[in-house]
Amino acid sequence: MGVSSQTLEKLQSKARTIRRHIVEMVAEAGSGHPGGSLSSADIVTALYFHVMNVDPQNPKWPERDRFVLSKGHAAPVLYAALAERGFFSKEELLKLRKTGSMLQGHPDMKVTPGLDMTTGSLGQGLSAANGMALAGKLDNKDYRVYVLMGDGEIQEGQIWEAAMTAAHYKLDNLTAFVDYNGLQIDGPVTKVMSPESIQEKFKAFGWNVIDIDGHDMVQILEAIEEAKTVKGKPTVIVAKTVKGKGVPFMENQVDWHGKAPTLEQAKEALETL
Amino acid sequence: MTKIATREAYGQALAELGEEIKDIVVLDADLSGSTKTSVFAKKFPQRFFNMGIAEQDLMATAAGFATCGKIPFASTFAVFATGRAFEQIRNSICYPSLNVKIAATHAGLTVGEDGATHQSIEDLALMRSLPNMTVISPADGVETKKAIRAAALHEGPVYLRLGRMAVETIFDEDYEFEIGKGKILREGTDVAIIATGIMVGEALKAAEVLEKDGINAMVVNIHTIKPIDEDIILKAAECGAIVTAEEHTIFGGLGSAVAEVLAEKKPTPMKRIGVKDTFGQSGKPDELLKLYNLTAEDIVNAAKELKR
Ligand SMILES: Cc1ncc(C[n+]2csc(CCOP(=O)(O)OP(=O)(O)O)c2C)c(N)n1
Ligand SMILES: [Mg+2]
Repeated sequence: MGVSSQTLEKLQSKARTIRRHIVEMVAEAGSGHPGGSLSSADIVTALYFHVMNVDPQNPKWPERDRFVLSKGHAAPVLYAALAERGFFSKEELLKLRKTGSMLQGHPDMKVTPGLDMTTGSLGQGLSAANGMALAGKLDNKDYRVYVLMGDGEIQEGQIWEAAMTAAHYKLDNLTAFVDYNGLQIDGPVTKVMSPESIQEKFKAFGWNVIDIDGHDMVQILEAIEEAKTVKGKPTVIVAKTVKGKGVPFMENQVDWHGKAPTLEQAKEALETL
Repeated sequence: MTKIATREAYGQALAELGEEIKDIVVLDADLSGSTKTSVFAKKFPQRFFNMGIAEQDLMATAAGFATCGKIPFASTFAVFATGRAFEQIRNSICYPSLNVKIAATHAGLTVGEDGATHQSIEDLALMRSLPNMTVISPADGVETKKAIRAAALHEGPVYLRLGRMAVETIFDEDYEFEIGKGKILREGTDVAIIATGIMVGEALKAAEVLEKDGINAMVVNIHTIKPIDEDIILKAAECGAIVTAEEHTIFGGLGSAVAEVLAEKKPTPMKRIGVKDTFGQSGKPDELLKLYNLTAEDIVNAAKELKR
């Protein structure tokens, strides 16, 4: 697949903008989850600015591709992408987590335009994505469903219930991502409760598995394209990432999972971004 | 009188409605023979999804279907639907107010021989606590069919509480069912018996016994536990004494809902017939109803105590 260097540059620059929004909005909110938002910024950018067929003028367009942020705590990355894509004004971003805001601490589909599913309780998004994919198959629709899970999140039993479902119903219109940043709240995933081998587990559950560097835009796009060609089974893209990616003092630091930077720290972060 | 379990009526109603409402899809968790969704599955195999023994996945998948305009009916036993998958119902169905219908069978002690692990006596309390949820507990086959239709046409999450045991048919086919509106089945002035589900039949029997003893009892059927019909409860309170009857723990179900209304709007002496903070056990449904004081006789005694 050929992605022009122009397109690549555009996407990389968009990912940078989204990272800047994440830092700004979490700092302004005074709470939130920067680490896992930054680690998935490249994937979410690829989806909303190159891959997904969506219409900001008609957010509930029935034919649209869908995205479920199963790791709902990474809401800032999704809100930034939706605002940049034109679903709502960028000014809304600074109202994150404030009373009456359309940007709740975790995704609320009732109030945020362009949001396809309410999430925040880990482990439930893959099931919801399956429901969307099943509905698409039933109605012979061409839309695709994307879902992003955390590598800690997949410790939830329901993920594996849903993994069985996706394979059982041959949901080749579904592409899942695991944001494989190696960290959760209490430490490295391998120390807390190892999910490894993630790839072998999904394979054993009947999935097509693609391994990528989750910060390499070419690899992200190629994997998504490959997934579209695989018939009869769902695909999971296991994306090796760095938690806090792009902000040096946050990178690979477990502390930055769910902590807001001070205004000083945010300034420092923005300088490097 | 004909006897039919509300789960049977559900199975028939669903298969009928499936013809008419093409957006209905049905999900089950390896209990389709018992929940009677198998009737729909046979008729509309494309629109039936067995999720295996995975109730959390069942509920959240139903939520995903609903986001795409489908009307999913998710069925399993009440204890697993509302217990195992409570948080999925809370966060993936009720919070986004998705159009999912949870039709749970085998509610209450009348599950019988399977015993306490399978006898859901707290589902009404759990489901009633959730914002956006409508909670319906039909009394017989006719009411169940009407309730299933009303639920399918209602926009938003609905919990339907259905039973395993065959129960006598109370209502005529022309009975009018409206979500949120209770029904006075028998006028009375001395005491009002407010009942739901299979206890409605017991309440009617109790009223006849009371009549012979000179007590004129009103009988009210509350099929919608939430939103509760406050008007009819206040009307019943004019009798000056109220007995509630439900095949459910006395905490958080019909009795509690009625008490909440009365405590704030019209304090009235009352007694609650229900399971008294204990689990059930194996046995024949009728024996269990006797053992746990869920019979017409128990309602009669409660009414008499109130009138003493
Ligand atoms: C069911 C549930 N349990 C616990 C939490 C609290 N929680 C929020 S984020 C998180 C860690 C997630 O780790 P991971 O999935 O690896 O996400 P990432 O590293 O991408 O941020 C936990 C435990 C939750 N949101 N939901
Ligand atoms: Mg992680």
